[in-house]
Amino acid sequence: MFVTYLLRELRRRMRQSIFIALGLALGVGLVITVTAASRGVSDAQGTVLQSLYGVGTDITVTQSPTAGSGGPQHFGFQGRSSGSATSVSRDILASAGMGTLKSSAVTTVSAQKDITAAVGALVLSDVKLSGTFTPGSGGSGGAGASGASGGSGAFNTSSFSVTGVDPSNDSLGPLASGTITAGHAFTSAEANDDVAVVDANYAKSAGLKIGSTVTVAGKSFTVVGIVQAGQGVTESDVYIPLARAQALAGMSDEVNTIYVSAASASDINTVSAEISHALPKATVTTSSDLASEVTGSLAGASSLANTLGKWLAVAVLAAAFGLASVLTVSAVSRRVREFGTLKAIGWSSRRIIGQVMGEAVVIGIAGAAAGIAIGYGAAAIVQAVAQPLTATVDSAAGGSGAAGGGSAPGGPGGGGSGHAASSAAHTATVHLSAPVTVGAVGLAVLLAIVGGLIAGSFGGWRAARLRPAAALSRLA
Amino acid sequence: MYKLTDVTRDYQKGRGTVHALRGVDLEINDGNWLAIQGPTGHGKSTLLQILGGLDRATAGTVELNGVDLGALRESKLTKVRATSIGFIFQTFNLIPTLSAQENVETALVPLGVHPAERRECAVQALAEVGLGDRAGHLPSELSGGQQQRVAIARALVKRPSVLLADEPTGNLDEGTRDEIIALLGDLWREHGLTLVMVTHDSSVARRAQLIGLMRDGRLQVRPAPAFAAT
Repeated sequence: MFVTYLLRELRRRMRQSIFIALGLALGVGLVITVTAASRGVSDAQGTVLQSLYGVGTDITVTQSPTAGSGGPQHFGFQGRSSGSATSVSRDILASAGMGTLKSSAVTTVSAQKDITAAVGALVLSDVKLSGTFTPGSGGSGGAGASGASGGSGAFNTSSFSVTGVDPSNDSLGPLASGTITAGHAFTSAEANDDVAVVDANYAKSAGLKIGSTVTVAGKSFTVVGIVQAGQGVTESDVYIPLARAQALAGMSDEVNTIYVSAASASDINTVSAEISHALPKATVTTSSDLASEVTGSLAGASSLANTLGKWLAVAVLAAAFGLASVLTVSAVSRRVREFGTLKAIGWSSRRIIGQVMGEAVVIGIAGAAAGIAIGYGAAAIVQAVAQPLTATVDSAAGGSGAAGGGSAPGGPGGGGSGHAASSAAHTATVHLSAPVTVGAVGLAVLLAIVGGLIAGSFGGWRAARLRPAAALSRLA
Repeated sequence: MYKLTDVTRDYQKGRGTVHALRGVDLEINDGNWLAIQGPTGHGKSTLLQILGGLDRATAGTVELNGVDLGALRESKLTKVRATSIGFIFQTFNLIPTLSAQENVETALVPLGVHPAERRECAVQALAEVGLGDRAGHLPSELSGGQQQRVAIARALVKRPSVLLADEPTGNLDEGTRDEIIALLGDLWREHGLTLVMVTHDSSVARRAQLIGLMRDGRLQVRPAPAFAAT
């Protein structure tokens, strides 16, 4: 009788039932879509962070640059009091605008609890300068790229990024997010060899292939591997063994980035605090810190999904619940005679409330089913029409520490390389997916049923308040 | 057996109080047929609702077979209505989405009767009121007289001891009215029912054993002349 009565009643009020179900479906569909889009944005953020940060890397440790840090950076021109034009060609390896940490810091970090691994890297720039110059009347060698007074010359400069990586751990660090497309990654045996792994894009532009040589700080390195960076993010143009980078940059026993992998995601904040405690002057950055620094359309999409989308879904759901409640109460009010009669023949208030709520829940389930279909459809549309998202992160905030740091006494010009404070902005492009998860579908069904229950509760409350005598006398 | 002692029922209407019943004393023995007449708004339906446990007296006691209905909790009162009292209304009050048989079954739902037995009882009750061939029809597919027969079957399917009828022929033409009253008379005799019927129609009231006249919330009961004559 319960089911028969329920279904007949819904059929009698079919238009209104469909209207309520569609209202709930719209809310539910929006929740599914927003949840899917949020999940997609979250996945995209994860992908981007992974590629920007390195697979498996949870934390990076860097050092804020200070004046003079970053190793000796000078071209080493010798000054002359006077003379004719001189051809010069210099190739140096200099710190890429970052402060440095002692290699022992890697050991210190590794010793902390809840850490799986920690590796150091040295991010550098290879700067080539060539041309001629005519010395002037002397002057101090010095700082700045502007050169010194008294001299004149014409120089061509070129540079590419070089990163010294620890060959003993290729699952963590700057190479971890890339894929070796040719040759091989460094082996431990190559720790002191003049070998290089080259970024695929750089290899293409420089015409490099396996077996070619690339000159770093005047030394020839044999290309043993080509790496395709994750998500098109180029971490560095050329990778060489850490020991060789340290030696060539005159920064032995120094690194400027430590990549850390925590034992579990829940340990990241604890590990971060431990490292900060052990290395008080270091800058400890977690992946969530980095996530907050992501800019670009991905950040916009994230903001859209997490704010506007969420509130829109809440507003539509609230409106749908409200509408369902009002219409259900209205339907109950129109059935006063019916419920009064049922009470008169012995139906309890509880049975009548159950009938009203049953009807509302069935409408809710129908709304959930339609909402799931709407949600899947809308998520597919989002996925199909969404433009690729870009994410930009300043991976090396801060400067190199100082212009110059040069030590070229008496030099008339030339000056130090003087990397000005620079930041390397990495940009990644990802396609937004909108995966509908079982959890989202479950949530949607739950919401629709809750919506039905809320509406049914109002209706049931209205029905329960009916006194049979009042209900029947109203008809007389 | 009904025993009402000094029953009053007051309603608040706006700022004033309506005295629907003013000190009604009444005894109805089992198997009696009481017709209640009186002008509109003088308390007839209120009395019927109090007898049926649909409303509670403001003061006084209403006993059915020795049980004070006014002292019962709502759930107990609901049970009394479900088991002992059948109702018939002027406007039939059938559930429009349910068939004649399903409407009759609704009276057995609160008693927890098994669905198969429920169906059997409903079919039997419909046959008893002459509608065995209309069991599957919706109320909208039945005439007024047929709908009232379905309502009578619904009231009697649970075998109540009391049948309360509020203007049962008020919406029927003369011929149908006579059919329904004849049917009610037959069932009253057959089932030994206590029948209380509110009616404006004197020709209907004359069929009863007792006639009560409600005026200004007060009730006067006397034997029906026709019945007295028989």
